[in-house]
Amino acid sequence: MSASNGQCSESVFDLELTLLLEAIFQRYHYDFRDYAKSSLRRRLRQAMERLGTASLSVLQDRVLHDAHALPILLDYLTIQVSDMFRDPTHFLALRRDVLPILATYPSLKIWIAGCSTGEEFYSMAILLEEEGLLDRAIIYATDVNEEALRKAEAGVYALNRVAGFSENYVAAGGQGSLSDWYTAAYNGVVFDRRLRRNVVFSDHSLATDGDFTETHLVLCRNVLIYFDRELQDRAIALFVQSLVPRGFLALGAKENLRISSHAAAFDPFDRHERIYRKQS
Amino acid sequence: MNRAPPASGRTSPPAPVAPVDAIVLGASASGVEALFVILAVLPASFVLPMVAVVHIPRDRPSLLVEVLGARARLAVREAEDKEMLLPGLTIAPPDYHVLLDVDCGRRHLAGAPDVRLALSHDALVSYCRPSIDVLFQSAAEVLGPRVAGVVLTGANADGALGLRAIKASGGLCAVQSPAEAPARTMPEAAIASAQPQLVAPLHDLIQWILALDAHRAGYTESTAFYDR
Repeated sequence: MSASNGQCSESVFDLELTLLLEAIFQRYHYDFRDYAKSSLRRRLRQAMERLGTASLSVLQDRVLHDAHALPILLDYLTIQVSDMFRDPTHFLALRRDVLPILATYPSLKIWIAGCSTGEEFYSMAILLEEEGLLDRAIIYATDVNEEALRKAEAGVYALNRVAGFSENYVAAGGQGSLSDWYTAAYNGVVFDRRLRRNVVFSDHSLATDGDFTETHLVLCRNVLIYFDRELQDRAIALFVQSLVPRGFLALGAKENLRISSHAAAFDPFDRHERIYRKQS
Repeated sequence: MNRAPPASGRTSPPAPVAPVDAIVLGASASGVEALFVILAVLPASFVLPMVAVVHIPRDRPSLLVEVLGARARLAVREAEDKEMLLPGLTIAPPDYHVLLDVDCGRRHLAGAPDVRLALSHDALVSYCRPSIDVLFQSAAEVLGPRVAGVVLTGANADGALGLRAIKASGGLCAVQSPAEAPARTMPEAAIASAQPQLVAPLHDLIQWILALDAHRAGYTESTAFYDR
């Protein structure tokens, strides 16, 4: 940042940022052009530090010409660190209030949009299994980051995270012990492969791809905050198309539909937990 | 404006007053009381938007809005993603960073810039989420010289880098006197890092904040408000 004229140099940074996102889109078809700039600036400064580039223009040069640079940059742009059963009261509300309604359907489709490294998927799968619904469910767990999807599919998490996961599991109304669902391995834990029997992990972008049909519950938590308002609207429009009438949309603790142009398609179901229900 | 020399032993020059679009504040530990004192003084006519990060537990809902709002004549609210930055005090929610952003397309229109709030769930910074550094750095980034940063009492060094970023972009920086602050670590770290234009007890910080608002009000009424 320049001392004399912050505005001017920041504008150059923003210009470089726009050009970089355009370059990534045209070259690799990853579309971050409508991501929220505030978080992008911060993440790209971190990526610049990691890759040792003095400016975003130099970073752009690296990304276009060095095949190893893209995956590193993608981690900064897409990886969301989540915990299992993060915001336990949210999962408690899903267990107590939403799953009993979903149980009335003969079969279920659940879309976890932006599943990152899989923490929310395993939370959801355990919830469904404990409520006797996993066998009639199909879960689509999607993310733009293929490396994250591979980790999600492996289901291996560092040992030092498990105590927090277990605490959340209990607070979310867990019926046994979280350790029922994993075995210790390689300084970590690996989650039971049976939890994955009805999941499809899939590379999917809320910015450029279409919807999954006839879903009953869409879980998309702490993903929309990284989008600008137009992209938020696009994503929510996908959820509207995807959900069956009276289907559920579960958002992050500080996300809401208030400023979305699709707000009218939903009724609040649990305001505090940010769970919405599509109108019939 | 300074009634007494700052307790750090140095005498600050008269605190500069310049047109700003927002004030960002950071505090940890006993910062809630400091905010109480500030809010008790600010009149209902105060128009400068303020955004505060207070270090609070990440794992439970915060009562800050209720607690602080009860005493304030200004609106006190929790930050919501993509909402406009409005007059009053906006507080970071537990477990989320708050950043500022501006709608670039409208920068050159007359009137106040379209400043919005953005939440992020990115990694902890200095063991904190929300982090003062994250808010301050984003404010420096999008508002440049048109922001004032205030670091209050606190027990860690969060805010030091953020305040330095504001200073480097030409913004205004103030820090509560370490001698007065119940926890002096944060003020001391911010002073060392940013060399703020004002180091003063809370009472004087409030006078300065009022002066910033008066300056803005006067400036808004003149013609070229947002000419840059």
